[in-house]
Amino acid sequence: MENPGSNTLVFTRRIAEFARKRSVPKALLPILVTTTLSGCSGSLLDPAGPVANGEQLILLDALGIMLVIVVPTVLTTLWFAWWFRASNGAALYRPTWVYSDKLEVVVWSIPALTVLFLGGLAWVGSHKLDPMRPIESQRAPLEVQVVSLDWKWLFIYPQQHIASVNRLVLPVGQPVHLSLTSSSVMNVFFVPRLAGEIYTMNGMVTQLNLRADKLGAYPGLSAQFSGDGFSTMSFNADVTSAADFDQFVEHAHANPSKLDESAYKSLSHPSQAAPVQVFGNVSDGLFESIATRRLPAGDGPAAGTLAYGAVGGEH
Amino acid sequence: MTMASAYSPIDPNHIGHNNLDLDIASDDAPGHGEGGPASKQIIVSYGFWIFLLSDIVMFSAFFAAFQVLAGYSGEAAPSYDLNDVAIETGCLLISSFLCGVAALCASKRWLVRTELFLLLTGILGAIFLALEVREFIGLIANHQGPTDGAYYSGFFALVGCHGLHVTVGLLWLGTMMAQLITKGFRQDILRRLACFSLFWHALDIVWVAIFSLVYLMRFAP
Amino acid sequence: MFGRLTWNAIPWSEPIPLVAAGMVGLALAAVIGWVFLKGYVPYLWREWITSVDHKRIGVMYCLLALVMLLRGFSDAAMMRSQQALAFHGPGYLPPDHYDQIFSAHGTIMIFFVAMPFMVGLMNFVVPLQLGVRDVAFPTLNSVSFWLTAAGALLINVSLVVGEFARTGWLPYPPLSELRYSPGVGVDYYLWSLQIAGVGTLLSGVNLVTTILKMRAPGMSYTRMPVFCWTALASNLLIVAAFPILTATTAMLTLDRYLGFHFFTNELGGNAMMFVNLIWAWGHPEVYILILPAFGVFSEVIATFSGKPLFGYRSMVVATMAICVLSFMVWLHHFFTMGAGADVNGFFGIMTMIIAIPTGVKVYNWLFTMYGGKVRFSAPMLWSIGFMVTFVIGGMTGVLMAVPPADFLLHNSLFLVAHFHNVIIGGVLFGAFAGYNYWFPKAFGFRLDDAWGRRAFWLWFCGFYMAFMPLYVLGMLGMTRRLQHFDRPEWYPWVLVAAGGAGLITLGIGAQIIQIVVSIRNRALLRDLTGDPWDGRTLEWATASPPPAFNFAVLPNVKGEEPYWGMKQKARQLAHLLTAEPSYSAILVPRNTATGVVTAFFAVFLGFAMIWRIYWLAGLGFIGIYAAFVAFAWRDRSEQEISADEVQELDRQNRLIRSSVLAEGVQS
Repeated sequence: MENPGSNTLVFTRRIAEFARKRSVPKALLPILVTTTLSGCSGSLLDPAGPVANGEQLILLDALGIMLVIVVPTVLTTLWFAWWFRASNGAALYRPTWVYSDKLEVVVWSIPALTVLFLGGLAWVGSHKLDPMRPIESQRAPLEVQVVSLDWKWLFIYPQQHIASVNRLVLPVGQPVHLSLTSSSVMNVFFVPRLAGEIYTMNGMVTQLNLRADKLGAYPGLSAQFSGDGFSTMSFNADVTSAADFDQFVEHAHANPSKLDESAYKSLSHPSQAAPVQVFGNVSDGLFESIATRRLPAGDGPAAGTLAYGAVGGEH
Repeated sequence: MTMASAYSPIDPNHIGHNNLDLDIASDDAPGHGEGGPASKQIIVSYGFWIFLLSDIVMFSAFFAAFQVLAGYSGEAAPSYDLNDVAIETGCLLISSFLCGVAALCASKRWLVRTELFLLLTGILGAIFLALEVREFIGLIANHQGPTDGAYYSGFFALVGCHGLHVTVGLLWLGTMMAQLITKGFRQDILRRLACFSLFWHALDIVWVAIFSLVYLMRFAP
Repeated sequence: MFGRLTWNAIPWSEPIPLVAAGMVGLALAAVIGWVFLKGYVPYLWREWITSVDHKRIGVMYCLLALVMLLRGFSDAAMMRSQQALAFHGPGYLPPDHYDQIFSAHGTIMIFFVAMPFMVGLMNFVVPLQLGVRDVAFPTLNSVSFWLTAAGALLINVSLVVGEFARTGWLPYPPLSELRYSPGVGVDYYLWSLQIAGVGTLLSGVNLVTTILKMRAPGMSYTRMPVFCWTALASNLLIVAAFPILTATTAMLTLDRYLGFHFFTNELGGNAMMFVNLIWAWGHPEVYILILPAFGVFSEVIATFSGKPLFGYRSMVVATMAICVLSFMVWLHHFFTMGAGADVNGFFGIMTMIIAIPTGVKVYNWLFTMYGGKVRFSAPMLWSIGFMVTFVIGGMTGVLMAVPPADFLLHNSLFLVAHFHNVIIGGVLFGAFAGYNYWFPKAFGFRLDDAWGRRAFWLWFCGFYMAFMPLYVLGMLGMTRRLQHFDRPEWYPWVLVAAGGAGLITLGIGAQIIQIVVSIRNRALLRDLTGDPWDGRTLEWATASPPPAFNFAVLPNVKGEEPYWGMKQKARQLAHLLTAEPSYSAILVPRNTATGVVTAFFAVFLGFAMIWRIYWLAGLGFIGIYAAFVAFAWRDRSEQEISADEVQELDRQNRLIRSSVLAEGVQS
């Protein structure tokens, strides 16, 4: 577990550097600092991998560029309103001034140029940080298959033939390639400090590439509302050393439970706040069966329960 | 407050405002709006056209859904009987023509002939519907009904939506025929008849699109 | 016999909805009882319920919006308080309640507050600004309003009978399919929106036809007020976008009722297609909401700066550009669905391009104030507040239009803060500005300005206090729609946001007090001449409230800002410009109960379909058809206002204005 205090210090220093370099208005600094002081275990502003880092950089860059336009505009608005108030005799009243060539050019160009620049940022950034783009590395990626269920996450490691529920363990510095699908409704896989969000949809496979560069426990969640148990769909992404990861795989293998079709079926019954579970063995091609709908989608709440408050029966 | 001329030399193309002073205002207003509000006939037809355009947008959504589901679902194309479809198309096309004839008779205020051609329009529309219902029943019996797969859902929704419009059109037609008999060729009745004609012709146009994109392009012998 | 409807549909065991329903029921009974006892029913029926006058209909739309604002805001207050209490605890709203509340909050605010408010303002103002007597299809106008009210009624019934959707305000499948939402909630949503959607579409057709085909003599396109241009753009969008909503909700309805497979998890259903279709409607929808608000601000800022709007034609070009571009950006609502870099990049760039005309508008408003004499009445305060707030909201929008940034912020509270920033700062502030601005025209007396300003400041501060923390929370990784959470770093911000909601409550309270105080002091706040703000557009040429026929003689428009030109000239001459015209009788459309009867049966149709009571649904449909036929069969569609009556009404206004001019006093 990281020391949040030292993290904060490092981060505050980084913010100050960033602000100095890009002349972010001083007014913003207190806000950013306060943010960091509140702790940042899931914060977007404390990335721990190249993907999240790249995305955060673009976010802050774009924000900085736009603040340069927005802050003067807001201040000018307030200034004009105040200076040209009716009671101010010093202000020149120009009731027929309704057009200016030069102003038109400026007024169309400022947003256009900003958009041109940001558009370039968006195009390049979309390609560099495309979730389907593999992380450049000498090492072969670790394959993880993710299935969102109601209301928990299933992580299958096809190369290691193990699986876990609500806990994702990753070796540090290793590129990871995730294939994602859903057993039922749409969800969004999101570990804020490691990578961007990606939808999980039944019958489809989405992809995400990431690499975790720092040890630690990173909170993960679903970012697409998926029903009554949605708020309990949090999990931890534990980034460990390579040795610890191998140990995790070994321990998992020792576990007698097997993730086969019937185990998957019982997993796909709706349940909230599912405990962490590990499977020592996984049927081959289970993920593909789920993704191609050979295995039917998960059950919903009991049909026919229409009375207000009685659907689902979990409470 | 000064009342100096607002015609500014720096705004030669009046991109700001034209002018504020009455005396140098031009009486020639470019574009529409010179004569005041349009006549009721124009307003009603124009408004109905706008509504028809919105209806075509709705059909476009169903078309889009059909194309997506037909392309991705991996199911077989419905077993269309192109002969039936040809007859349906003929019915609609001829009924459109007859509807046009009815409109001509109405402009001449010939009640009996107007009613006759409207009736024929309706009969052909009813034949179209009957054939379509038969086709649907056949497809459902053949396990190609809307509950059997997404492709068929898209087909039934699109073609069914068109059929629903035809049904509503027939209801409207019956009402118009009754109105003509009881009220005669009153101005507002004539305006409604014009709207009905527009509607009927538009349904024909949508059918041509359905015929081409749904049947012809996806016919599996 | 009664389909799925049983006594269990009423939430006997749930105190919160029961109490809420009880309170609303009592309030309704009190109001209806008061109306009956005071004998107002014939007046209400004749003057309001069966009215086809665009001014009456516009007022009713705004009234519906304000009432539904209370319901929507109660939902919001419950959401904020639940999150404030649900740190390491369950809060007081179990998930199935909470899910319905946030779904209802969004649905009501968009469809039954923002839409009716904008449509209501457009209905009231556009014919007056165009210098004509009514909209193109007055009876259709009445039908549109009542269908919208029917949709609102159905949603409120879901509070008491059954449940509401638990899917969020856009019911993404597969969650909204029968398997994962087996209750009636999604059905309430679907039917409510279908019925209201028909109303909105018809309203769109109506206003497009009015603006394009019915204007006063001499009013070319470039002489139309900017509010009419934005109304045109908004209604063109309604005509083009709402059919997509109709089709998509129909597809989901077919899935749920007849077992179709548009979006299901088996047999080829494609849930992603729903997302595409619904946002192809959804994005134009937000421009439908904001464009009329932009128009309101154009009018208010020009009037309260004592200057014409700066850059009229570039405003028009910007408006129509926004109209067209709004159809090309929908994918930015789901960048994270894995469409690939090229697609994401394209839509990101298109989204940013829309920011260009929007920025141009902001600068034009800025330069309208420049060189003006700004008066800080409530409408102007709302406008300045908008300019500051909307720019921030727009900025965060462009930020999220960069796909890699959106990968971190999609569906987070940052997103929630962004859209509330632009909808509250834009649409709601515009609604309040317009409402304060045109209230004297509608009712003949101004709203109390002191309470209006207090309401503004409370709303303004409340908004920032409620939503700036949400930006921070989004950055801290908090996603939306959470019923509970246990991250300590989120907690203080959630509390601040709840405090902001409290401030907004006070703002709403101030608005209610404003109405009460204004009605009580209406004699003092009377608008005698019809032009309380020294206005620039034609609606201020009429009396307050205008007579049923608006203008005794349609104005002859000779330049931009026709009323301002006339007024300046008249002030110079110290008397009215034209001599008394020769009056002729005016034909106005007759009242009809078609609208309210159609909506009545539509409510039964919707309710019956929701509960699968098919015989009742059939009756509802027959009723609607019968109402339509009865309307089609009437012989007299117009009634005459005699030339004498017209003369009488017009003379009164001319007299007052003449005396004011003679005194050389500005109204």
